[in-house]
Amino acid sequence: MITKRIIPCLDVRNGRVVKGVNFQGLNDVNSPVELAKFYSDNGADELVFYDITASSDGRKIFTDILRETARNVFIPLTVGGGISSVKDFERVLSCGADKVSVNTGAISNPSLIPEAAKLYGSQCVVISADVKRVNGNFHVFARGGRDDTGIEAIGWIRKCVENGAGEVVLNSIDTDGVKRGFDLEMLKAVCEVVSVPVIASGGAGSIQDFITLFHEIPRVDAGLAASIFHFGEVAIRDLKAEMFKQNIPVRL
Amino acid sequence: MIAIVDYGVGNLFSLESSFNAIGQDVRVTSNPDDLRKSERIILPGVGAFGDAAKKLFSSGLAEPLIDEAHKGKNILGICLGMQLLFTKSYEFGEFDGLNLIPGSVRAISEVIPEGLKIPQMGWNSLKFTNNSQIFSRSHEGEHVYFVHSYSAFCPEEFITATTNYGADLTAAVQNKNVYGVQFHPEKSGNVGLEMLKAFCEV
Repeated sequence: MITKRIIPCLDVRNGRVVKGVNFQGLNDVNSPVELAKFYSDNGADELVFYDITASSDGRKIFTDILRETARNVFIPLTVGGGISSVKDFERVLSCGADKVSVNTGAISNPSLIPEAAKLYGSQCVVISADVKRVNGNFHVFARGGRDDTGIEAIGWIRKCVENGAGEVVLNSIDTDGVKRGFDLEMLKAVCEVVSVPVIASGGAGSIQDFITLFHEIPRVDAGLAASIFHFGEVAIRDLKAEMFKQNIPVRL
Repeated sequence: MIAIVDYGVGNLFSLESSFNAIGQDVRVTSNPDDLRKSERIILPGVGAFGDAAKKLFSSGLAEPLIDEAHKGKNILGICLGMQLLFTKSYEFGEFDGLNLIPGSVRAISEVIPEGLKIPQMGWNSLKFTNNSQIFSRSHEGEHVYFVHSYSAFCPEEFITATTNYGADLTAAVQNKNVYGVQFHPEKSGNVGLEMLKAFCEV
């Protein structure tokens, strides 16, 4: 049976993992390569690297880091941040990324998803949507969750999938950082309209939050988190052991 | 030297890195002579069968690949590369493959229950159905990483492992010196690296 995936997300700026990292036994906890290796050795099913650099120098450092990671880590690697053209797809795919996630780029350039899907296949195009409730409606936000685009999120995500996105990362801005569980209502709404894998993001604060996620919404394929893994609040091995105990299909 | 066939589909950086990680001398190549000189050949592939087959046949690499296979060289097809080893594919039409293993490639939607997501994307476990040296370092039940919407259908004697996604799907095949895996060993962590090692020991 296919297993539910657990995915740590690494935000990288100028070649360093941002958000404090707190692990014993790692020489350089802010090194993306070291941290990626650590997660890969400790049960992560996949990794997301998010490039939050603004400068072109930073981009160069990021791709170097990516290449170094792909030389050492042999689990699927999704890369996002600053992807606005098929050239950006090429840039990260040639450095060892398996999937590329687009966010603001898909809003400003509607042809990006279909073009990339045609060139590289849907399996490598991920739509990463930052979504927040505005007056009771789900809106897509751009630029790292700063700008309300006014676009209705559920229909928009469905359209991205119809246009060729092969996976959805749903990031709830409402639950992000709150650590009281994933946004089940928002996730259910998305899972009802798409038939590609959906990755839940935003809100995980404990092992129980993942258990609840997979029990409540069997159509969710993966759970993504950053700081609770980085800070060691939740160890992926413990999380997966509990998932196994609760009869959730998992790779141990 | 292990030759990874570069016929213009997909990125081969991770695959090359995985062989480097297990200490193998590997070369990504589109030179037919390299295929002839190599000890083993890896046939990768992503995307649609028709496009890939067209590129492979027009690249001048299919002929040496088939020759070397017939001479007994060990060849490993990965993902779409595995599918290309078969006689035919029915992905968006009907296309000829390399015919190194008798069988055809068809949509998994033909056999899996409705409601399951397509492609199958993620980690699934293996069930061994016939002995294969590629699993000499592996254990039944280990998980490997799959991304596919099509699957090989062939006589059972060639199937060495299956995976269950609502139905038993072909996960690995072997016809004498010609091996294929539907999953990505280069993305399956240590479990995958052990399989690549085992292939290099054949």
